[in-house]
Amino acid sequence: MTPVIGLGHFLTVAAILFTIGVFGIFLNRKNIIVILMSIELILLAVNINLVAFSAHLGDLVGQVFALLILTVAAAEAAIGLAILVVFFRNRGSIAVDDVNMMKG
Amino acid sequence: MVQEFAGFASLAPAYPEMLLAVGALALLMIGVFASKEISTAITGIAIGLFVAVAVLIVFQSSDGVIFSGGFINDAFARFMKVLVLTGSAFALVLTVSSASENGLNKFEYPVLVVLATVGMMMMISANDLMSLYVGLELQSLALYVVAAFKRDSGKATEAGLKYFVLGALSSGMLLYGASLLYGFTGHTQLTEIAQAVALGERNPGVIFGLVFLLAGIAFKISAVPFHMWTPDVYEGAPTPVTAFFASAPKVAAMALLIRVVFDAFEPIARDWQQVVIFISIASMVLASFAAIGQNNLKRLLAYSSIGHVGFALVGLSAGSLVGVQGVSIYMAIYLTMTIGTFACILALKNEDGYVETIDDLAGLARSRPFVAAILALFMFSLVGLPPLAGFFAKWQVFLAAIEAQLFVLAVIGMLASAVSAFYYLRIIKVMYFDEPEASYAAPAVELNVVMAVTGFLVLSYYFTIGGPLTAWAQVAANSLF
Repeated sequence: MTPVIGLGHFLTVAAILFTIGVFGIFLNRKNIIVILMSIELILLAVNINLVAFSAHLGDLVGQVFALLILTVAAAEAAIGLAILVVFFRNRGSIAVDDVNMMKG
Repeated sequence: MVQEFAGFASLAPAYPEMLLAVGALALLMIGVFASKEISTAITGIAIGLFVAVAVLIVFQSSDGVIFSGGFINDAFARFMKVLVLTGSAFALVLTVSSASENGLNKFEYPVLVVLATVGMMMMISANDLMSLYVGLELQSLALYVVAAFKRDSGKATEAGLKYFVLGALSSGMLLYGASLLYGFTGHTQLTEIAQAVALGERNPGVIFGLVFLLAGIAFKISAVPFHMWTPDVYEGAPTPVTAFFASAPKVAAMALLIRVVFDAFEPIARDWQQVVIFISIASMVLASFAAIGQNNLKRLLAYSSIGHVGFALVGLSAGSLVGVQGVSIYMAIYLTMTIGTFACILALKNEDGYVETIDDLAGLARSRPFVAAILALFMFSLVGLPPLAGFFAKWQVFLAAIEAQLFVLAVIGMLASAVSAFYYLRIIKVMYFDEPEASYAAPAVELNVVMAVTGFLVLSYYFTIGGPLTAWAQVAANSLF
């Protein structure tokens, strides 16, 4: 009997990716680029969720939603990198520990 | 599901957004093709555009649900949109006098503010998880850029970076919640989600989705425990940008929260009420105590805004018509007080630059009596002293909480309000009883006008705008039930 890959498996993968993304933002002490990658990971986890649900429900809305998220994620990455570039010009560093001018 | 395109007239409920979006693109074209620097003119046109759109909303707006249920226009949306447009317009007015010092004298700045405002109006009118997300991102992406707009400043770019990372995280959480809601109800439209939730038994997937969605929105209104970006971003961003952040986006996110919980989750009101009560108490208490130790004015106002979001959520916790009316009034008054307070801060400039810390305000009553009097008025109003507008705002939300039998919440709120009086009154004490240190230049004309107008409204609230505002907020709240 071959094991069947069902909705639960997809949701589990998405949940794991989402958790890795969130932890990547908070535990990472090195590099802001890694934070940008973690954000992408979170958004892709959501996309897996949406596409899996869409296939499971037999409803196209979830896939349309996933396409919208892909588009916005591209814009978001562009803006994030642009802000990172101006930050680097001011500080000469993109280490997470150097984002510390303001504390409180 | 699929609708025929019935002609341009069928899009009437979205005319204001379309006018504003086209206006933003036109301003961008003017800015690009103008031969010389015309940022002040573009700012002026943008303010005119906001006024025109607000007039269009008030006098020429038709109710309706369009774009296959993605966009709704009702009395509640109109009320909140007028607030947002007012906030954005005043934020641009505050920019003019200090534009060159703050690096905001580029034509892209007003264009980005207009685009962010389009996003906020879409958030307010969102009736579907997809349009909600797109509106939210249109607003957020413009705000990230605006935060880092002073790009030769280390503080401003750091503020932009922090805002971007935490904002993107909050969008991710909101989306994860949205995907769970879609999966477990099979719908993305808010009203259809409500129907599915009402039919089915209590589903843990839906509750998970609801909590993630609320966490994402709590980031946007900067409610505790999702507030950590607020003080840093408010301190780092140029002051006129902070004034913008503290006013219009808060109103839009609060309107979004109200619409989501009442349109989609009315059947499981018990579940979201617990979450809202928790973040409300946490915001009020943490903000009251954390603000005491602050010496930077903008950080102090950041904690103040966190606290005020907590007070506004007291009204939402009630989950009733009176509660929604209370939150609507609260946001209107909060907007007025915030704009006025920031006008006072922007009016104080000496040879060292703009006022930054509370100590800089020492003896202000002798050097600039008018600014000191207006600032003192706003501090009393933020505390919630009786004849002023801030009192009526708190009165409305606590009234709703007591009607809903939430006595503990109301008592904690009032105690937090009493604690917060300490740091507001400290500013007044420094202004009136300390020895003067710095002498400040005379404020720009438009700042004087903004201070006078907002000060007058806060002072005479009960006799002037109080009645009409309450009546209009009631009409707005009625359209949600």
